[in-house]
Amino acid sequence: MSAPPTLHAPQQVAGRRASSPHISMFLRMLIRAAVLRRGRAAAALFAMVVAAAVATVMMNLYVDVQAKLRTEFRNYGANVVVVARESQSLPPDSLVKIASSLDAKTLAVPFSYAVARTQDGQSVVVVGTDFARARQLNRWWNVSHWPNAPQAVAASAQTPIDALIGMRAAAVVTPDRKPFDLTFQGHTIHVTPAGLLQTGAGEDSRIYLDQSEFQNWTGVAPSTIEIAVNGSTDEINQAIEHLSQVLPSTDIRPVRQIMEGEANVLNKTRATLYAASALIVLTAALCVLATLIGWVFDRRRDFAIMKALGASEGLVNGFFAAEAAALGTIGAVLGFAIGIGIAAWIGRANFHAPVVPRFSVFPYVLAGSILVALVSAVLPIGLLRRVQPALILRGE
Amino acid sequence: MFPRLVYESVRRQTRRKLLAGVAITLGVAVATAMIAVATNIGDKINHELRSYGANLLVTPQEDTLDVEIGGINLKPPSDGAFLNEADLPKIRGTFWHHNIVGFSPMLPVTVRVGSGSDARDVTLLGTYFSKPVHFGTDDFTTGVRITHPWWKVQCRDGSLTRPRRVGDSPLACGWPNDDSQDVLVGERLAAKVGKKPGDSIEVFGRSLTISGILSTGAAEDDQIVAPLALAQEILGKPSAVRRIYVSALTKPEDAFARRDPKTMTPDMFERWNCSPYAQSIAYQLQGAIPHSHAEQIRQVAQNEGTVLSKIKGLMLLVTLAALFASALAVSAAMATTIFERRVEVGLMRALGAGSLAVAALFFAEGLVLALLGGVAGFVTGSLLAHQIGRSIFSSQISIEPVLFPIILAIAVFVTFAGSAAAIRRAVKFDPVFALRGEA
Repeated sequence: MSAPPTLHAPQQVAGRRASSPHISMFLRMLIRAAVLRRGRAAAALFAMVVAAAVATVMMNLYVDVQAKLRTEFRNYGANVVVVARESQSLPPDSLVKIASSLDAKTLAVPFSYAVARTQDGQSVVVVGTDFARARQLNRWWNVSHWPNAPQAVAASAQTPIDALIGMRAAAVVTPDRKPFDLTFQGHTIHVTPAGLLQTGAGEDSRIYLDQSEFQNWTGVAPSTIEIAVNGSTDEINQAIEHLSQVLPSTDIRPVRQIMEGEANVLNKTRATLYAASALIVLTAALCVLATLIGWVFDRRRDFAIMKALGASEGLVNGFFAAEAAALGTIGAVLGFAIGIGIAAWIGRANFHAPVVPRFSVFPYVLAGSILVALVSAVLPIGLLRRVQPALILRGE
Repeated sequence: MFPRLVYESVRRQTRRKLLAGVAITLGVAVATAMIAVATNIGDKINHELRSYGANLLVTPQEDTLDVEIGGINLKPPSDGAFLNEADLPKIRGTFWHHNIVGFSPMLPVTVRVGSGSDARDVTLLGTYFSKPVHFGTDDFTTGVRITHPWWKVQCRDGSLTRPRRVGDSPLACGWPNDDSQDVLVGERLAAKVGKKPGDSIEVFGRSLTISGILSTGAAEDDQIVAPLALAQEILGKPSAVRRIYVSALTKPEDAFARRDPKTMTPDMFERWNCSPYAQSIAYQLQGAIPHSHAEQIRQVAQNEGTVLSKIKGLMLLVTLAALFASALAVSAAMATTIFERRVEVGLMRALGAGSLAVAALFFAEGLVLALLGGVAGFVTGSLLAHQIGRSIFSSQISIEPVLFPIILAIAVFVTFAGSAAAIRRAVKFDPVFALRGEA
């Protein structure tokens, strides 16, 4: 506390003191305390910043990871299916209605089915769909080559149509991968096997055509729309509710296999992450506590001098508390900035998508930092209060 | 003299050591728990991913094409090839039988339900619900209640029961017994024909009791699900099975997994066969069941790998963060403890101790603290990991014994690293100032 006398005009100093005697002295003490013991103050601040950064990262991840994992889970495909009531087609404007009533990024893929016959009388299921969307929705489909969407609807029945052939269907229908004919209610089309499809499930026994060409041939409109709704179980149920109002004449059902599997895995992951976050934040808080207790304890002489000069208990406590609060605030702000950066990096490294900064986390980090700082200031002061200033000043 | 100094210092200044000791214990505990969780998370999530159902499908090799739209089979039911039910237990005889969580045979039969103008064609699906199967000395229970965990059954009192873990009672309300003539009716079919649990339904001239209403969110909602034996009886083909759904714990697919086993050298084939890839398990299933073709269900099998790797990657990064935070906590505590003892250092140096001797004293103390805190932390961390495993995954999290020396080494290293800077400063400090209390 041996600050060199500052050179100020006396009246200036007097004027300043008259206006706010306590505040300015208080601030000066705070600033001097930080400046004069740069090393230790920096160490305490460093611990604070690291703890706040770690806490920010964990909270950010915890909030954001669910959304990130949900996008991963959307690779499992549709979680809501719109089906026409028995032996009907869906209303022709269904797709448009679905697109307008759900989030723009939601994928909705139409499917229409018919049973056709090959030249040798074998029955095979032919499906009309939108290849570009089906490809986005069903990422697990192993496809040798995706057919291009047709530029214009084929003018005559003789123009060959590109088709995606399921592995098992291919073995029966076109073992030599040559073009073949399909007949539906007397209408025959010429089909080129543009690509092979392997899924390990029912799709392997089917032939996929572009929707417009399919409809042109069979006259059958889509009977099923598969939708990948992004969100929690509640959000998906809301979407289903909403859709059943928009499309009253259809059956809308959740794909329970996908929804429940996702909910289960997500809940476990979230719980693990929660436990990990709690442990890490606790450790970080302990780190701050250890450093700050040392710092305050180390300054027992300041404490003793202030008391010896006649400072009240309240003033001394207030001084240390203000110091701790300032440290907590600065640490929280710096730590939050660094933590956001680290969280963004983790998002990029693990999920290949940036984690959106959650500023809603900031009040918690700030409050937590100040609280920990206050606790670590109050603990040693409580111990020191019982000691006579004289003993401390004598170095005992 | 040196051991005595260390001993007395540790014994007498317990209060000062307490902070550092607690910090080391807590840091090591968090590190141990996180490493244990991170090394186990793959297995645990793999198990949880089984709630997506079967990832392998076994079909007859000479099968004809399925002609099925929306769960309604348009093909004559006796058409095509079948597997033999007697071969099913052999699934548990394959090399990877510990990885096979369960399997369900399926036999769809088209039946006519109702009479007069109300009559309709419905698929009756024969399967195992929760059937005990024996293979050699191996007894186990399998069926849709394990492989299709999202199936829900509404029983007579209106409550919903769902299959959960293998240990559940086989006679949970609503689920038919595998030896009975009871059936489940899909919820949409039940609504159409106006049936509820406890009613009976006329199928093929028999009166079957409906034990529950089934809800699956898929084609089964329009079907009748019956014990396999009943379906075989109706079809008139004893021991026939159309396909088998197998739920297995697999390793995420990589480039090696995708290779064709026919083109591999014997060594490579050995390695391929001894990795639980979906492909190699399918290959062995094919060998175990005569005239069969086994394939992964890509929707389930492929996505498992992606989800699993993301979650593992996430936990790895979180574990790194935990290790970093605990290392920092330990360093901070050590630095504080040493800094508080400047006067002591000054005294020692004034009495003629070299800086080497002083540093050695502190490092020896740090070693004792690190070892004590490390052991206590390892025990606490193991308990913590155990608790996390029990409360989140309701299963054990195993801790490798090899982790113990590694954790101790890390604890000692971090303690030393954390003290080094503080010790250097303490040693360099002029003893005169330290003794006059002008630090």
